[in-house]
Amino acid sequence: MKVSLKWLEQYVDIDLSPAELADKLTMAGTEAKGWQVIGGNWEGIVVGQILAINPHPNADRLKLPIVDLGTEQQTVVCGAPNLKVGDKVAFARVGARLIDGHSGQIVQLEAANIRGVASNGMVCSERELGISDYHQDIMVLAAEAKVGTPLADFMGDVIFDLDVTPNRPDCLSVIGIAREVAALTGQKVRLPDISYDETGAPIEEQISIDITAPDLCPRYSASLITGVKIAPSPHWLQQRLLAGGMRPINNVVDVTNFVMLEYGEPLHAFDYNRVRGRKIIVRRAEEGEVLVTLDGAKRPLSPDMLVIADAERAVAVAGVMGGADSEMTGRTTAIVLEAANFNPPSIYHTGYTLGLPSEARMRFERGISPELTVPALRRATRLIIELADGKAAKGIVDVYPGKQEPEPILLSTGEVKRLLGVDFSLGQIKTALASLGFDCQEAKSASEVKAIAPYWRSDIGLAEDLVEEVARVIGYDRIPVTMPGGEVPRQNPAPIIGFKQEVRRDLAGYGFYEVITYSLTSLDLMNKLLPQPHPLEPEPLRVVRPMSTEQEYLRPSLRANLLAALEANRRHEEGGIRLFELGRVYQRRPNDLPDEPEMLCGLLAGPRFDESWHGGDEPVDFFDAKGVVEGLLHHLGVEADFKPADDESLNPAKQAAIVVGGKKLGVVGELHHKVIETFDLSEKACLFEINLTEILPFTLEHKLFQPISRFPAVVRDIALVVGLSVTHRQVMDVMTGFPLVTRVALFDLYTGGKLPADKKSLAYRITFQSSTKTLTDEAANKVQQKIIDKLSKELGATLRG
Amino acid sequence: MEMIKQLKELKSSALKELGAVSQAKDLEAWRVRYLGKKSQLTSILRGLAKLPIEERRQVGALSNQIKTGLEESLEQKARLLKQAKLASAGEEGIDITLPGRHFPTGRLHPLTQTVTEICDIFVSMGFQVVEGPEVEWDYYNFEALNITRHHPARDSMATLWVDAETEKGERNMLLRTHTTAVDTRVMEQMPPPIRVVMPGKVYRYEASDVTHVPMFHQIDGLAVDKNITMADLKGTLYEFARRFFGEDRKVRFRCDYFPFVEPGVEMAIECLVCGGTGCRLCGNSGWIEVLGAGMTHPRVLERSGIDPREYTSFAFGMGIDRLPMLRYGIDDIRLLYGSDLRFLRQF
Ligand SMILES: [Zn+2]
Repeated sequence: MKVSLKWLEQYVDIDLSPAELADKLTMAGTEAKGWQVIGGNWEGIVVGQILAINPHPNADRLKLPIVDLGTEQQTVVCGAPNLKVGDKVAFARVGARLIDGHSGQIVQLEAANIRGVASNGMVCSERELGISDYHQDIMVLAAEAKVGTPLADFMGDVIFDLDVTPNRPDCLSVIGIAREVAALTGQKVRLPDISYDETGAPIEEQISIDITAPDLCPRYSASLITGVKIAPSPHWLQQRLLAGGMRPINNVVDVTNFVMLEYGEPLHAFDYNRVRGRKIIVRRAEEGEVLVTLDGAKRPLSPDMLVIADAERAVAVAGVMGGADSEMTGRTTAIVLEAANFNPPSIYHTGYTLGLPSEARMRFERGISPELTVPALRRATRLIIELADGKAAKGIVDVYPGKQEPEPILLSTGEVKRLLGVDFSLGQIKTALASLGFDCQEAKSASEVKAIAPYWRSDIGLAEDLVEEVARVIGYDRIPVTMPGGEVPRQNPAPIIGFKQEVRRDLAGYGFYEVITYSLTSLDLMNKLLPQPHPLEPEPLRVVRPMSTEQEYLRPSLRANLLAALEANRRHEEGGIRLFELGRVYQRRPNDLPDEPEMLCGLLAGPRFDESWHGGDEPVDFFDAKGVVEGLLHHLGVEADFKPADDESLNPAKQAAIVVGGKKLGVVGELHHKVIETFDLSEKACLFEINLTEILPFTLEHKLFQPISRFPAVVRDIALVVGLSVTHRQVMDVMTGFPLVTRVALFDLYTGGKLPADKKSLAYRITFQSSTKTLTDEAANKVQQKIIDKLSKELGATLRG
Repeated sequence: MEMIKQLKELKSSALKELGAVSQAKDLEAWRVRYLGKKSQLTSILRGLAKLPIEERRQVGALSNQIKTGLEESLEQKARLLKQAKLASAGEEGIDITLPGRHFPTGRLHPLTQTVTEICDIFVSMGFQVVEGPEVEWDYYNFEALNITRHHPARDSMATLWVDAETEKGERNMLLRTHTTAVDTRVMEQMPPPIRVVMPGKVYRYEASDVTHVPMFHQIDGLAVDKNITMADLKGTLYEFARRFFGEDRKVRFRCDYFPFVEPGVEMAIECLVCGGTGCRLCGNSGWIEVLGAGMTHPRVLERSGIDPREYTSFAFGMGIDRLPMLRYGIDDIRLLYGSDLRFLRQF
């Protein structure tokens, strides 16, 4: 909210600089995001009055106004079309600093000779003074401006830009801010005079008000003014509205807006002669009812919305927007002035449904006090009589079905200490509360106070609320700095948290860069995977109104985003690329939140080692990816099997399922050539995916120390010839099944050459070792022979000659 | 004097030959030839006694002078050759300036690094890391935190709702808008005393630009115990700020409003760019807001089954993405989610 310092000073004395005031308000909860000084550099600019206007001897378009400055008179050359004898104007003396109307630069005014006539100063436009961009006319000041006074004294100001928190609708008003300032600086607030002469007929004879939906309208107050003359409002009022960010319209509407800015209570003026049946009914809208609002739009209403109606039809959407039918016009002579209070959720719902944001709606939604209606109504009525020549009816109508007596709240010094950790005396507490307008009464105990919140503070309901009030008035900086005492709570962190971190560090160690991509993805991207189109089975979760189709689905896997990242990087990266992401995927569950397993996905592309003087630019293949997976799982202490797999996005011949504990918990393989094409990659790439949530339990198994044998090992190499379909794993299973075999490593794989076409040769290095004795050659030979026999019997293996 | 002339010739030929030596292994041959036991110089020195006294003195002095000179030259030459060998590939050395055999290097995402750093600080203060679901019920994200259906705070957290209906036909599943959603879950599951931090991803219905993305990261903190006070909150957060932002960084604690705390706090640090004098980054205020906090609202405690008359609690919540942005001067938040290696390599 924009608040003018000058306006604020009408209600409270301020002897702080703008910076100090901004700081005080900010620290106490209403942040001043900034302030703008108007007239800070108006030195040498004074109020003048045009005494006469002479023609310029050498130019038809230019005039020679004579300006009275009180102490002297000056003649200047001026081309503005709106010069008028008697007008008060802003006069800049030679030497004043002005904004050049054309360039926008600040320039120092010099004495000039314009087409043969000396000009000793200048009559200024708003643009030249930095007030607005308006430069067609000179600025005409209000008649009350005193000739000779510095312009800065007359209309200089500081406009604060305040960020009012949603709990403080009372601060969406100048008086509300004045109350804050008063409390924070030890001042008193001066409220405006709201009395007026009630010279008209009694109001009850002229209008009746009926609330049929008291749950949605706790209070409706109205006054009636006849004989008004609609006209533009005076300068001072227009200036206030402009400073508050509102556009002046006419004297009556401007007064309603002015009082809304002043008191925080939205008001509405109906044309009395257009209110049919002299009746105002506050009711729910009827099914199918339609209202044409002020903006000319036809609004379909529903029974959960509140309307203001006359005897025949709705004339306004309560608290949100007036209707076109009852709107005031230039010919309006009598008005019904409404100051009401509406149920915040109802206003929110109605405003939201109709898509109508407004200053009034914002205040009602936040729950302003119903007690505000009458003072605001009286203030506005007084101003309208003053500015539009009207006659107020005798009395006001005030229907108040929702009146509630304020509840006293008990607050003790102990409670303040319990929450803030600091001892404030009861005196300090009472002073702080009283400064904010709280009524502090004696309580039973000497360490307690019974506080009744002032009517405008609709946000106060608990002792905790009072504690905040005390703390912010005394100052948050008065709260000490301590550390939580007591026992440190027992720590049972979920194992997945440390586990994820370990996996991330491992992969970074293997040369992978971590990426974080959006969890929301598109059907288009999923469709780049196989099978195409994406089967959406199981159906991924969707958001209701996505920002765009780019971010429509909750990702069912990480791979599409990661491939897109690879594709994007390939546009500027040469050489090897290794990326991984560790994050959640989302799997629909009936009648529950989705499952969110933590997944790991890695991608390798390009050469295994970057091409360099050391040579080597071979592309990565299946075994690079598998090596990473093996290394990772080994480090994590997980034993995995690699089994044939059927992932459609991977090369059917070069992929394996990662099976742990009999369950498929991941996959590793080379990408299918079609996926390589759809992602516009011109190279082989390998992918692995592991469900970390499911693999986690296997990493937690208790490890047991294996004694290190003190006896020497015997190492033997054997080369086997087996059929092509025999796997390394089958051979390993046989060999590692024997006692004394502590390690087996495949060191050569060979096909072709002298071997038959259906055979391959596998060469292994077997380590034999006993933990109890030195192994003899014979003992090793014996086991080796048994191994060979078993391999021969079960796998048809022969020794290579 | 024949002998003098001979010595001078010896010296110049020795130096000339030394200058031509290009490998360290040839220096020894040169030394044997000119300074060894069988060298001409040695024999001259040995034969000094046979010379007449006058000549003996002159020849002796010159011989010794030449000997010392040659020894120094040898030493110097040896040093030069050694340096040359180190600097460039000789026949037997290597060019150590050649690039090494490349091991691929990887890195953790700057956000991961930041989250880890923050969690480590809080863990050292007795907090435990807890995670909650990203797809959440309206209840945990809003209702339990005093953000009722029509609360203005809902407007400021534009929500992405999930297209899933419950048995009753209600649509109340959403992408959590803040990690504060985990608070109630923790309090429902853990008995006090509680000290937890809850990092994670959060989502908003927001168009991307340099300061906004629809998914970002937050961390919330919560402490519940019999004597937790706002002074403890201040102490905890000041300690965090000291360790994360540095010893000398000024910290400001001011009143602010969040529906789930009372009293509410906003913590700001002195601007990292201007140091408090005001600049574009801090909107001329000299301060940068880093987190919201406060004493957990009694209704929030009650709803989670904790008696607010017995226990007090503080809570805080902080956006994470801004922290590496401030620290490294990253001017576009979208870079964090762009997966661009040219960006990721820098951290
Ligand atoms: Zn700054």
